[in-house]
Amino acid sequence: MRLRIEWSIIWFLRVVGGLVLIVAVAFPFYWMIIASLTPLARLLADPTDIGIHLGEMIFTTYPEIWNVFHFSRFFANSAYVSIVTVALTLVFSTLGAYAVARLRFRGRTVLSRGILLVYMFPAIAVAIPIYVIFSKLGLRNNLNGLVLFYLAQTFPVALYMLHSYFKTLPPDLEEAGRIDGCSRFSVIWRITVPLSLPAMISVALYTFMIAWNEFLFAFLFLDSPSSYTLPRGIQAVANNVNVSQQLLMTGAVIATVPVVAVFFLFERYFVRGLTAGAVKG
Amino acid sequence: MRIRGERGTLQAQEQRLAYLFLLVPVAIVFLVIIFPTVWNLWLSFHKLSLRDLRTSAPLSLNFTMYSYFKVFGDPDFTSSLIATLTYSIGGTLITLFLGLGTALLLSPKFRGRGAMRGLFLIPYIAPVVAVTFTWRLLLDPRGPIMTALVNVGWLDQPLHLLGQRPLAMMTLVLFQGWRYFPLAFLFIMARLQAIPRTLYEAADVDGATPFQKFFYVTLPQLKLILATLGLLRFMWTFNRFDDVYLLTSGAAGTKVLPVLVVDYLIGQFDVGAGAAAAMALFGCLTLLLIIYFRWVMRRAEQVEV
Repeated sequence: MRLRIEWSIIWFLRVVGGLVLIVAVAFPFYWMIIASLTPLARLLADPTDIGIHLGEMIFTTYPEIWNVFHFSRFFANSAYVSIVTVALTLVFSTLGAYAVARLRFRGRTVLSRGILLVYMFPAIAVAIPIYVIFSKLGLRNNLNGLVLFYLAQTFPVALYMLHSYFKTLPPDLEEAGRIDGCSRFSVIWRITVPLSLPAMISVALYTFMIAWNEFLFAFLFLDSPSSYTLPRGIQAVANNVNVSQQLLMTGAVIATVPVVAVFFLFERYFVRGLTAGAVKG
Repeated sequence: MRIRGERGTLQAQEQRLAYLFLLVPVAIVFLVIIFPTVWNLWLSFHKLSLRDLRTSAPLSLNFTMYSYFKVFGDPDFTSSLIATLTYSIGGTLITLFLGLGTALLLSPKFRGRGAMRGLFLIPYIAPVVAVTFTWRLLLDPRGPIMTALVNVGWLDQPLHLLGQRPLAMMTLVLFQGWRYFPLAFLFIMARLQAIPRTLYEAADVDGATPFQKFFYVTLPQLKLILATLGLLRFMWTFNRFDDVYLLTSGAAGTKVLPVLVVDYLIGQFDVGAGAAAAMALFGCLTLLLIIYFRWVMRRAEQVEV
């Protein structure tokens, strides 16, 4: 009897909880898309009407925000910042992680513990001094300055992930390569990198997500519209009284689609990167 | 002798190579994290406004406690401390609760489980700016949710969920749960799947009911991961800026410490006070961490004995 009661409670919680969660997670994204396509008058007249009315949809908001509100520029800036961050993170953390995993040098233990400490570091604690430095050096409104900061955020996670992956690889192959006369660089390039491709992809995806979504530093350091990234651009557009809900949601869709698309394309790798980096964020 | 000498040079070579490989990451971390942290301490002991910055050399030796007096004397600071604690504790608990619930929900195999898992990760993956503005419009007093609730008759007046005490803080905590439960869920799920089947089989033999199995088998096995996650979520919620700033801008009793720091900087142009507030945040975090670790250590010892 007790068993039956408990099982029915469990099933009830499963079904109800599952449905509530699905709605709570999916609804905002669904509404984001619908709101970007619904004429403003309709949105204001009856906000509760959240159905899909194919005949009445308008697609003018996308060209409008893309051209009139310069989202093409913001998109290009975001793409630039993310791609450069991913590329530099991969190159330098591969070399660094290789050194920590394979080479003997003084300070190795200090370094591998230091990685974890830096990893836990709150960004807000350095916001003010960096703001001051960047202002002094003229790095504000400079996308490369932003990249520099993102690198400091991604290196610890990337070094940690790659170094633990490299440690699982047998060193024999690399030694064989060395004996055959390969230099360290070509051993890394021809043997270590191809073998660690899954970890590399995870690092790349995690880094991409960090750089694409980052708001605090983009907000503090970019104040000329020509240097805005998408998150900064959306925030600026939201403060503009002339901008409708519709346009704001259009911007949100434009910023969301690339990350979510990348996530679904590489879900398995992405999840691995998330769990490694999840300590942060 | 010769062999040893050769090995010595080889080792020296290896060491040089290692330093070369680590040069860029270490330099960047030093430049962008370690040096600024130290300098933040320096700045906090100066009276410095944004305007001074352009003209004066910020390396002056005129130390002053001005910024600390200003920050600690600011009524905003006390209320922001309370707000930060409420937000962090509430946000952490709800994230863990939702994460645990989702992990239990998705632990049995069923059709559509993979799709559900993918869906549940989206709130964390989507840009914070996009989701905060979507929720802001959704929760607006004239937005779809409030209008619907009034139309149905559940509410007489639309609620101002993001602009009213104490509703704004409650909404922020719920949002924190909505956005970060995917992380908790991923970790708990991984741990859940690693629990040895034999434990459940033994419980079955003893005639344990599902609830008993959850409380006496599952939960003790998850204790460590829940504690670790709780600590990490607490820390990250404690210095979370984006979500709060974008949802409420710190209005209606939600001005948490990170928002206060930025407010000193770009609202009052007071670099010194901003740095002092950041130091206070840093200090609180360190203190809480130490307390927590000692507590966990003692608990762990007791459990072992």
